[in-house]
Amino acid sequence: MKIIEAIDVNAYYGENHALTNINIEIKENTVTAFIGPSGCGKTTFLRMMNRMNDYVEGFRKEGTLLIDGKDVYRKKVKLEELRQHVGMVFQRPNPFPKSIFENVAYGLRIRGVGNKKEIEERVEKSLKKAALWSEVKDSLHKSAYSLSGGQQQRLCIARTLAVKPSIILMDEPASALDPLSTSKIEELIAELKQQYTIVIVTHNMQQASRISDHTAFFYLGSLIEFDKTNVIFTNPANKQTENYITGRFG
Amino acid sequence: MVTLDIELKALKENLLEMLDLVKDQLVKGKKALENSDENLAKEVVEREKRVNALELAIDKDCENILALHTPVATDLRFVLATIKICGDLESIGDITKGLARFIEKNSKKSSLQLSDRFKIGDMIDGCITMLEDMGEAIRKEDTLLAQKISKKDSVLNEINKNAPKVAAELIKDHPEKLEVILKLFTITRKLERIGDFIKNIAGEVVFHIEARVLKHGKDKERG
Repeated sequence: MKIIEAIDVNAYYGENHALTNINIEIKENTVTAFIGPSGCGKTTFLRMMNRMNDYVEGFRKEGTLLIDGKDVYRKKVKLEELRQHVGMVFQRPNPFPKSIFENVAYGLRIRGVGNKKEIEERVEKSLKKAALWSEVKDSLHKSAYSLSGGQQQRLCIARTLAVKPSIILMDEPASALDPLSTSKIEELIAELKQQYTIVIVTHNMQQASRISDHTAFFYLGSLIEFDKTNVIFTNPANKQTENYITGRFG
Repeated sequence: MVTLDIELKALKENLLEMLDLVKDQLVKGKKALENSDENLAKEVVEREKRVNALELAIDKDCENILALHTPVATDLRFVLATIKICGDLESIGDITKGLARFIEKNSKKSSLQLSDRFKIGDMIDGCITMLEDMGEAIRKEDTLLAQKISKKDSVLNEINKNAPKVAAELIKDHPEKLEVILKLFTITRKLERIGDFIKNIAGEVVFHIEARVLKHGKDKERG
């Protein structure tokens, strides 16, 4: 069942036409990778899904972007609720200057969850889902900064999971990590797919092919091709896609 | 040119070198058979080592390309096709070596002339033509030519189909030459297999260029 649907979506940064007539349907409980050269619009489109671009001066959009059948840009949308529903993990781990426990509990507290026991349960559950619990269960009150880069990124994923989203957006989540930490994040993505819909922007072709069910190739603000990942990486329909994935672009 | 292009170009050159070598082995094998030339047959047996060495080198190149360049799409299909074509060429090389061994052992016997009755020379000629055309198809990435070649396989099949009858007649007329006749009969079977191997190669050329699978009677686009 589709959970995200874009209908003729256009996006602009002032005069710059960043996205042109994007039409796509993303099914729930799948991993979709957005690939394409820098400046192709993939991150712009990803950030539209939880309206992170609202803070960019001169940003405006046309068309309709639906999540669970509801327009993300409808007038009465509450951004806090949208971002609870559509979580985001960024390129560089960005834990708060707080303890490991408080990083995960933070989102719960600002959403009014006051029951100590419930918070403790959800922190533990989120850290387990993020495959970090066994590594931090004895040091929950240490600073999040004491963790390695890979652990910090999994902590950020746990923080996202704590508020029970249904969609997780990931903007190059492993690009700043070593191969071992990258592998853990990829394993985690495969596990999270059972419960969440994941959309990931990546410049790493092998990562896209390893972890995603579907791949969308963007170029110059247009969605050139969207298909099952095995089709994109074995027999893409579009010559531009083939040139990009085989490294013969430009 | 990206690094992968350089690697793929070198791989293709090695593959074509192997194909030319295997074809040349057949040419020499046929000549040795026609002239009962023991020395030339020995040369064919000896040169089989070069075919094997090329197979190993190509396998290693493919392994390196897969590990170091993680090719996708048409590049991946080319590497996969090359691995299979290389195996098919090596099998053709083995059959040619077997033929050469037979000539080597029987060059001094008049019974070698019985090979004409089996049309073994015609079969070898058919294989040589098919391999020549296949080299052209691979060089030019011409899938139409590759598919046309695979149809030439029927000539070999026809001769092979007739072989039991020929063998029966020869055994009846020359019962004292039973062993050689049976050996020649086996050779026709093996030459017919060469046609099958070349047909497989044609399938791999189509798979590389058009992402279509022809084997096992299937003709479908991958994806």
